[in-house]
Amino acid sequence: MKILVAVKRVIDYNVQVRVKEDNTGVVTDNVKMSTNPPDDNAVEEAVKIKESGKAKEIVAITVGEEKAQETVRKALAVGADRGIHVKVDGVIEPLAVSKILQKIVDKEKPDLVFMGKQAIDDDCNQTGQMLAALLNWPQATFASKIEVKDKTLEVTREVDEGLETIEVNVPAIITCDLRLNEPRYASLPNIMKAKKKPIEQINALDLGIDTKPRIDQIKVEEPPKRKAGIKVANVEELVQKLKNEAKVI
Amino acid sequence: MSREVMEYDVVIVGGGPSGLSTAIKLKQLNPDINVCLLEKASEIGAHILSGNVFETRALDELFPNWKELKAPIETKVSKEKFLFLGKEKSISWPTWLLPKVQQNHNNYIISLANLCRWLGEQAENLGVEIFPGFPASEILYNEDGSVKGVATQDMGIDKEGNKKDSFEPGIELQAKVTVFAEGCRGHLGKELINKFELSKDKDPQQYGIGFKEIWEINENNHEEGLVMHTAGWPLDNNTYGGSFVYHAKNKQVYLGYVIGLDYQNPYLSPFDEFQRFKTHPAIKKMLEGGKRISYGARALIEGGIQSLPKMYMPGALLVGCDAGTLNMPKIKGSHTAMKSGMIAAETINNHLKDNENLSTYEKLFKQSWVYKELHEARNVKPSFNWGLIIGILFTGIDQILFRGKLPFTLKHKHADHETLKTANEMPKIEYPKPDNVITFDKTSSVYLTGTNHVDNQPVHLKLKDAELPIKYNLEKYDEPAQRYCPAGVYEVQHENNLPKFVINSQNCIHCKTCDIKEPSQNITWVTPEGGGGPKYGNM
Repeated sequence: MKILVAVKRVIDYNVQVRVKEDNTGVVTDNVKMSTNPPDDNAVEEAVKIKESGKAKEIVAITVGEEKAQETVRKALAVGADRGIHVKVDGVIEPLAVSKILQKIVDKEKPDLVFMGKQAIDDDCNQTGQMLAALLNWPQATFASKIEVKDKTLEVTREVDEGLETIEVNVPAIITCDLRLNEPRYASLPNIMKAKKKPIEQINALDLGIDTKPRIDQIKVEEPPKRKAGIKVANVEELVQKLKNEAKVI
Repeated sequence: MSREVMEYDVVIVGGGPSGLSTAIKLKQLNPDINVCLLEKASEIGAHILSGNVFETRALDELFPNWKELKAPIETKVSKEKFLFLGKEKSISWPTWLLPKVQQNHNNYIISLANLCRWLGEQAENLGVEIFPGFPASEILYNEDGSVKGVATQDMGIDKEGNKKDSFEPGIELQAKVTVFAEGCRGHLGKELINKFELSKDKDPQQYGIGFKEIWEINENNHEEGLVMHTAGWPLDNNTYGGSFVYHAKNKQVYLGYVIGLDYQNPYLSPFDEFQRFKTHPAIKKMLEGGKRISYGARALIEGGIQSLPKMYMPGALLVGCDAGTLNMPKIKGSHTAMKSGMIAAETINNHLKDNENLSTYEKLFKQSWVYKELHEARNVKPSFNWGLIIGILFTGIDQILFRGKLPFTLKHKHADHETLKTANEMPKIEYPKPDNVITFDKTSSVYLTGTNHVDNQPVHLKLKDAELPIKYNLEKYDEPAQRYCPAGVYEVQHENNLPKFVINSQNCIHCKTCDIKEPSQNITWVTPEGGGGPKYGNM
């Protein structure tokens, strides 16, 4: 089996994101960037499957600017075999990423495509689903457990009501939840070795994909500040305030 | 258990200005030397915090074409001010009456973190192998006692010290020469200074704690290129410190405060002094309508040449503020740190080539301009032991009339952990509550630093005696850790009416103040799991 894992470079989850003063987006200059956290889970799962002998090759792919390559390098350092970087500058939306991934799937012919369930920057949660539609492949989203069977996968999904277990035929798209596993650390010698693994660079234009955004972003704003709470003296006051001020009862 | 071993010609611990300059200079002298640089932060620059008004002297030597190479050095200093603050008023000191070391018209207002990111790129282009997220946690020694290299921290250890599923053992990095460039109070540097008695016959090291915030302010209050320093309020005559206010580009102001850690009152809270400073009419007016976007703090070296340890030992060198090359009256340490690294690189190159002894480092250092400027600066900081006013008068005579050439050297008498008086001897200080507009509390401040440590890992702030904070410090000093820590790591909580000492190590912003100021030297800062700590952007 061959697994393609898609990873995205996003602002690190510990960074306090700040909106640009002209409301055109968020500040990214000299901000610490990392791999989208659930994408790390996707890579880890692929590596685990390979270690169990059920997969032969793992190809890590990212779509984005030059520096997005760092995320592929990181995937290579924890066990992916080779990388692909599809270069696109500027804003890129899930639909364009899905179309690019479709082209790469046509070329690479993987049995499985793994990725995070959503990216923590735009929170779209669309790429996996759109890719499944474009390829007409089955999908299992929000995976928190994956069992590889003969020609199928048994996937446990995190859904609102609890856990749902489904079986999907291979080839399939799997989007991964944070509960799926605990990503390993890249060891120093493996980071060294990863520097020598190949990363193929492809220009999005050469794939014939128009990556122009389809959505007009009007403005980006910080969420309104929460008002400070107040202490009420007794139940009567609480009821009165809920009724007259908050108007919820 | 045997660990994996990697061998290099040179291993450098720390990716600040000194470590990166060492690495770059080595590669410039001989591209065949293989150099590895470890950095505990998640990326180069993420643990760097500095004012910073930058003197380009060392960089001019390292990269004469830094402008072409697009170093992030853009805002030239265009105007300077020095204010003495009273509680309400301020007096402006004419800049022509400032000693030469405090004149900045040839310097630039920069973010040192961004300069380090750029230096990191240059180093990588030259073939230096840089590993961010890998703290060196242990020094390796040869049988003859010389330094053999360092080991990186084990990853994936839980609170109790057990291996987690994600456990990844540290590895041994062995080198012909190991360079320690951890910055002020590096925890391996501290071990080396003790082991090799590098501070023998030197004055005790002096430290300060520096705070920095970045503000985006109203256009009308902003004057790109303006550098302002203040002394006086809110500190009393006996506490050494002052502020900096640097107007960078994009309507940003780098605002900060430095307080000598030789302060005496255990009730003093450096963080709150800094917050209070911002309420002075002269400062508040500038900040009104603006927004604070970053916060951070870091200890810095103030001891100068009297406290500078011997910087070489068998198999290893100390560079930058891991030794202590900051020039206090100049309020600058980046250029001296860089130069010390470049001199170290020359020494190492000669050592590898001709087996020249590492002690030539000291010789080359003494011949360099760094030594000359540190020597001229040596009497300023100790003179402030006589108080602010006499300190300033003396500094005027020493720096303006004699240009640092007075025929004597004042001594630093005490280490900073010895200077606290007991709580009952000193007045309590009531600090105003934060207004969340100009002044803030520690929690919301730490939030801006992006600090995180993987939970379920051993506490990296080690107590030699776990009882001491409550049994001794609380009664005698009202446990000053609650106040000197700029990140709220230490708390005294009450449980069933009994006081309990709590260490919130996940908040630690790696400033090292506790390691310095704890009166019994009971706290030891060690490296947490790699990548932990603040994630500073443009600091």
